[in-house]
Amino acid sequence: MARAVSTRKRAIYTVIAWTIGLLIFFPILWIFLTSFKTEADAIADPPLFFFFDWTTENYGIVQERSNYLRFLYNSIIISVGSTILGLLIAVPAAWSMAFVPGKRTKDILLWMLSTKMLPAVGVLYPIVLIARSLNIYDTYVLLIGVLTLINLPIIVWMLYTYFKEIPVDILEAARMDGASLRNEILYVLTPMALPGIASTMLLNIILAWNEAFWTLTLTTVDAAPLTAFIASYSSPEGLFYAKLSAASTMAIAPILVMGWFSQKQLVRGLTFGAVK
Amino acid sequence: MATQHSRSAARLMMTPAVILLLGWMLVPLVMTLYFSFLDYRPLRGAFDCCVGFDNYVRFFTSSSFWPSVLTTLQMVGGVLAITVIGGIFLAMLLDQPIWGQGVVRILVIAPFFVMPTVSALVWKNMFMNPVNGLFAYLWKFFGLTPIDWLSELPLFSIIFIVSWQWLPFATLILLTAIQSLDGEQLEAAEMDGAGVVNRFVYIVLPHLARAITVVILIQTIFLLSIFAEVFVTTGGSFGTRTLTYLIYQRVIESQNIGLGSAGGIFAVILANIIAIFLMKIVGRNLDR
Amino acid sequence: MLSSKMLGLTTAIALVATSGALAETLTIATVNNGDMIRMQGLTDDFTSKTGIDVEWVTLEENVLRQRVTTDITTKGGQFDIMTIGMYETPIWGANDWLVPLDDLSADYDVDDILPAMRGGLSVEGTLYAAPFYGESSMIMYRTDLMEAAGMEMPDAPTWDFVAEAARAMTDKDNEIYGICLRGKAGWGENMAFLTATSNAFGARWFDENWNPQFDSPQWKETLEFYVNLMNDAGPPGAANNGFNENLALFQQGKCGMWIDATVAASFVTNPDDSTVADSVGFALAPDTGLGKRGNWLWAWALAIPAGTQQESEAKQFIEWATSKDYIELVAENEGWANVPPGARTSLYENPNYKDIPFAQMTLQSILSADPTNPTVDPVPYVGVQFAAIPEFAGMATQVGQEFSAALAGQQSVDEALAKAQAIATEEMEAAGYL
Repeated sequence: MARAVSTRKRAIYTVIAWTIGLLIFFPILWIFLTSFKTEADAIADPPLFFFFDWTTENYGIVQERSNYLRFLYNSIIISVGSTILGLLIAVPAAWSMAFVPGKRTKDILLWMLSTKMLPAVGVLYPIVLIARSLNIYDTYVLLIGVLTLINLPIIVWMLYTYFKEIPVDILEAARMDGASLRNEILYVLTPMALPGIASTMLLNIILAWNEAFWTLTLTTVDAAPLTAFIASYSSPEGLFYAKLSAASTMAIAPILVMGWFSQKQLVRGLTFGAVK
Repeated sequence: MATQHSRSAARLMMTPAVILLLGWMLVPLVMTLYFSFLDYRPLRGAFDCCVGFDNYVRFFTSSSFWPSVLTTLQMVGGVLAITVIGGIFLAMLLDQPIWGQGVVRILVIAPFFVMPTVSALVWKNMFMNPVNGLFAYLWKFFGLTPIDWLSELPLFSIIFIVSWQWLPFATLILLTAIQSLDGEQLEAAEMDGAGVVNRFVYIVLPHLARAITVVILIQTIFLLSIFAEVFVTTGGSFGTRTLTYLIYQRVIESQNIGLGSAGGIFAVILANIIAIFLMKIVGRNLDR
Repeated sequence: MLSSKMLGLTTAIALVATSGALAETLTIATVNNGDMIRMQGLTDDFTSKTGIDVEWVTLEENVLRQRVTTDITTKGGQFDIMTIGMYETPIWGANDWLVPLDDLSADYDVDDILPAMRGGLSVEGTLYAAPFYGESSMIMYRTDLMEAAGMEMPDAPTWDFVAEAARAMTDKDNEIYGICLRGKAGWGENMAFLTATSNAFGARWFDENWNPQFDSPQWKETLEFYVNLMNDAGPPGAANNGFNENLALFQQGKCGMWIDATVAASFVTNPDDSTVADSVGFALAPDTGLGKRGNWLWAWALAIPAGTQQESEAKQFIEWATSKDYIELVAENEGWANVPPGARTSLYENPNYKDIPFAQMTLQSILSADPTNPTVDPVPYVGVQFAAIPEFAGMATQVGQEFSAALAGQQSVDEALAKAQAIATEEMEAAGYL
């Protein structure tokens, strides 16, 4: 929609958009700034914005207390692992729903989404008991499994809506040429659906990274991700804003950076069928 | 087009997802259902079958039950209203020609990447705290008495925090939808003398209907099970006890698994009612 | 095919990581309090002495409690040592969920543990958890503000005096609030304070037949007194303030008085963190002349869940962490003011510790708390700021939410008490007491 707009109008829009954008972003900026302050500066009245003695001591204290890299590593394994596993299960399912729909397809899809509404805490004891009897408490297997199942409905739904936008003719042409079902999915569908798959993957990594109930409840040491790391900084004694900010920055920075770098891919497929 | 062969292949490919989700749903659900008929209080060493519908009666007649359902609906409704309205506004703004559009978009979507726990902790301590929070400084700067957000406006505060997290999601989806809007149609309407309001109501809004439904559906799924934000900020005080939180209190704090399980079963039923209701609408919207 | 390879890789990593746990590693769940974090920093001393590695799981109090309770009730076996309190220990010990600590070495000198602490952590004479530090509650006040108000704090003040002083010290324009008290809902937060305080006002949770007593005039007096005082002389947002929030306020010089855990004394007098370190005085928690003071008794203690594979290693750790030597170790590294207080008699006989300004007041507070006889009228339960029954935590947290809402002005004191009475009655009926 490249309409000709006067420079004045454009300037007004720019100012409004930047103001709102900065307001929305401000809390994150504030976490970042505060993480470089001393505890006393963090609560200074009036608040200090850029002109304070920048210090990295908070990061030192946080790292000394907890092994950040291990939590980070676990977060990466769990979120990436559950996303890949989820895609492996969801791609065939979404394919069949999109291209060979049956009478019940829509119902199945909607039912899948409804499983996501199970209140986690209501099934806490069953899951804990199952995990204990299988002896997989505090392992990647358990965490990846649970997060895959939690996010599977969203993955299937996203892929389904994306696949549906792909013209069926192309697939049929491939079939005419004698492509097997496997080849059809691998070499025709997947390349076309790549933006959708990429976007689904990114969204799921974000969701898995930020999931805080199961990751905290089902881990102890070996598989504990960054959500558990944050749980030890939430209200320590005394002044803690600066340390909390440092820990928060460490917990959200990786995913934030990933999100920014891949935002084009994320946005491209993030339609959930909202656009026809 | 579908041959018998591809039809059965399709079934086969759907099977893993369906079976896994069925197992994920049924196994815990059956166990929860079973627990809900037990006197299961681990701290007392009680694991006794069966108490019939005692747990259900106790859960439903408890004075905190209906308020918690109402709170849940208010919270979900509040967040939906803010994110959808705010999202439409932001999406339309971002669709305008502006300098540095890419950067603004990065700024706007950033909250979506922040862990709910972190976001709740930061809003609670560094912004809403009535003594040391930034809002308190801001209020004092204008000569006003700082508001104690979490006890004076508890529900609003939590809705606000959650909306901040979900606004980017709504904005992104609505933005994609707006960008697909036919510019010529709008221009033609403008030529015909349709005002800004009319153009919005008769062209933009209908075009967005589908996107709005999707936003509502996806967000509702996530919002119904909101926990971390309540746990960190008010701990369910001041009328912010949602159904999820009430169940948490029964299961974890009171260690009455039977009673909590009865609540869990109700929550599942409630979620499904809302789901069916939503999906009727969405299904219709998506079939078009 | 690429993705299936990656999956294989992920699984392989997962297997390596899970099998990587060594036999000689203790997993310890603990709370993120200053003393515990200090202990974490000194773990090397233990490892070098014994060759046993320690893995810390440090969590915020509420999350910790959720994790360890779920673990112990499902026999999850995730931890070799758990940090628990005086409320959990007798209940869990009676269920045989904890390893009895009845064979500690002679060097450990178990008789040196303060009798009040030992009693609270034992079931029928058997110790189930070793106190890492113990606390009561007392008044911490600003000597400079008290002087400016023209008043003098006695060692054992009454509530009337405290209220008068608090109102006199308050200067809201300069953000000086006469008194900071807990308001954040939770059985270990506002209800610890209010239950202990209600004892001083002659109230009690239950009568001898387990009937809840929130409809009594004593509770009404307690709650009205508290709400009025906080409205007049408390900080804004008091209904969200717990121990940590009040500590921060006091350290910033915004509180005239603060009645809370005795362990806070070392934080408010530490010049590194506190802007008012050199003008803090201490006094016993106030009474109303009925014979009971509102000071509680609590210990953070280390316990071994039954079923752990590493019982003897865990005992070695507990002996190290709660020993006299550990206290010396902290004193060497951080100074005497920062040693974990309130657990051992010998600490209070140590000449090096005598000079610490809050030492004697802490000991006196601990000694004057009596969990077996906490109230003016007789009660069927044990515990000063709690009732040691499994149902208490859940019930008290809900009651605490009503009281917190009353403090925030969302409901009247009468409404809060009526709701509290209903909640307690409901819960006690469900538990089969009534």
